[in-house]
Amino acid sequence: MGDFASEWAIEVEDLTVAYADDPVLWDVDVKVPRAKKMAIVGPNGAGKSTLIKAILGLVPAVAGEVRVFGQALRRPRGEIAYVPQRASLAWDFPTDVEDFVTMGTYGQLGWWRRPGPAQREAARRALIQVGMQDLLTRPIAELSGGQQQRILLARALVQEAPILILDEPFQGVDAPTERAIVGVLNQLAAAGKTVLAVHHDLQTVAEYFDWVALLNVRLINAGQVARVFNEENLRVTFGGRVGVLAERPAAARV
Amino acid sequence: MSADLAIVAVAVVTALAAALPGAVLVLRRLALVSDAISHAILPGIVLAFFVTRDLNSPWLLLAAAATGLLTVVLIETVSRSGLVGEDAAIGLVFSALFSLGVILVSKGAAGVHLDTDAVLLGQLALVPFDELVVGGVNLGPRALWSMGIILLVNGAVVVFSYKELKLAIVDSGQAKLLGLSPTFVHYAAMALVSVTAVGAFQAVGSILVVALMVAPPATAYLVARRFSAMLWASAGFAVTASLAGVAVAFAADVSIAGAMATAAGVQFVGVFLLTPRGGLLAQMRRRQRQRLEFAARMLVVHLAHHEGRPEAEVENRPEALHRHLKWSSHFVQRVVRHASVQGLARNAGGLLELTEVGRHLAHQLIAEGPPRPRR
Repeated sequence: MGDFASEWAIEVEDLTVAYADDPVLWDVDVKVPRAKKMAIVGPNGAGKSTLIKAILGLVPAVAGEVRVFGQALRRPRGEIAYVPQRASLAWDFPTDVEDFVTMGTYGQLGWWRRPGPAQREAARRALIQVGMQDLLTRPIAELSGGQQQRILLARALVQEAPILILDEPFQGVDAPTERAIVGVLNQLAAAGKTVLAVHHDLQTVAEYFDWVALLNVRLINAGQVARVFNEENLRVTFGGRVGVLAERPAAARV
Repeated sequence: MSADLAIVAVAVVTALAAALPGAVLVLRRLALVSDAISHAILPGIVLAFFVTRDLNSPWLLLAAAATGLLTVVLIETVSRSGLVGEDAAIGLVFSALFSLGVILVSKGAAGVHLDTDAVLLGQLALVPFDELVVGGVNLGPRALWSMGIILLVNGAVVVFSYKELKLAIVDSGQAKLLGLSPTFVHYAAMALVSVTAVGAFQAVGSILVVALMVAPPATAYLVARRFSAMLWASAGFAVTASLAGVAVAFAADVSIAGAMATAAGVQFVGVFLLTPRGGLLAQMRRRQRQRLEFAARMLVVHLAHHEGRPEAEVENRPEALHRHLKWSSHFVQRVVRHASVQGLARNAGGLLELTEVGRHLAHQLIAEGPPRPRR
């Protein structure tokens, strides 16, 4: 998959994205290292979701370039699996959990080919990974928020992509689901896969992630959590509105 | 083919053809777009008619499909401007195009076969008299052929792009990412809606085609747990609605299209009331039962509190429940009956006693704190 000479899974260079004439991302440079878990952190409206959508080719860039494994792609195919925000889906669609996760294989199948036993088997394996194997026939309309998040992750896992991008995977989920997702992300990184996630909870950045990108329209800083995730950078990122990590743990959720 | 049989056949085939793209519209919450398209295609049809001077020309279908797509694009452009909501955008676009069509009809097509009544209400009763004759061989009603072909095309598209449709409806962003262009799927579906609408309006008119596109799939949605099941159920409800509609129309000598649409609506109401999963009656019954269950739990807790104490003689009697819990005596009777059916308590000559099971439940509930009614 791609050029393994490149040390970076994703390289974003001079990326500017605008809606109408409003820049949402301004000249952003960020590199995502291979086989690490990287968080994108920033206030509301910082362009976090836009950054990952630009990487995925879902929103057009005004300027700049995205390289995946050293190669510039208009839209990645098979290199990146994506877990969108839960709210962007039509959960009232009549189907069940197994069939929903099988949809992750549609990209490999391409147009017109139908999923078969192999694809459903892959879906079931992914559902075991996220602890949803007992709900195969549950209609997706009847799932809790945490269960929805788990099957979204399972749908990404069946794609077996070397890079996984998640948009706020812990938003509004229960504690067991959060632990389950973190467990899966750790396994992926250990297996050499790259994880990039928009993340909201400053308290858990250091625990869940190795690298972090601090974003507020511009890139404030990016690098290893131990090196860049400090009070000064956070203050710049959040415009002084954030309490310091150690002093006000409960209020730091932005 | 007898005239009556021809009418029944065209009605059934039209309803079937409309139900398939209709299912996609209902799931995408675009049911109103079918209304918009079925009206807005009028100017396209009229213009094509002016050029070809032939109401049966296939160019009319193509012009209708093009106008239908134009409608969808215009609606999306207007609503994406952010100046008005999507509902207003639909209203603006389709009334503008439809009125343009009406003006064109009144101006240029006067005295021709294309009159507004036929456009709005269709002429199912006249279908048997317009037959397709090729090389001197009578092949039966022309409408049966046109709707039959549209049905085949709709069926083929649904079958062959089944998974593409599904993913585009559930998560269009993911569809785009996986290379299964949801935009293409969307416009293909809208083209089918347009072609079906123009084909169907000859039979049932542009207003009632909406009923056939929306009502059977909406009914099917109430009972189906899978997309495939929903499509089959839509087809089934389309057939029953059209058969019932034609039967009523023949018996009562009323508009066939009107009777079909009414049958589709009645069918929806019936299923909405009766469906065991989430139907209105089922919901009411479930709420009743939950209320009784909750009251029975209150009852066992009440009994357990007073059990074995001197006041039990007074407290643990149905009359006392009526007085102290402010329950009507009728409700007390029902709760006591429910509790004894459930094996929680029994009525021993006017004194209520907990069973072993009831006592266990009561202690459990007391340990958990006050019970909360479930929704």
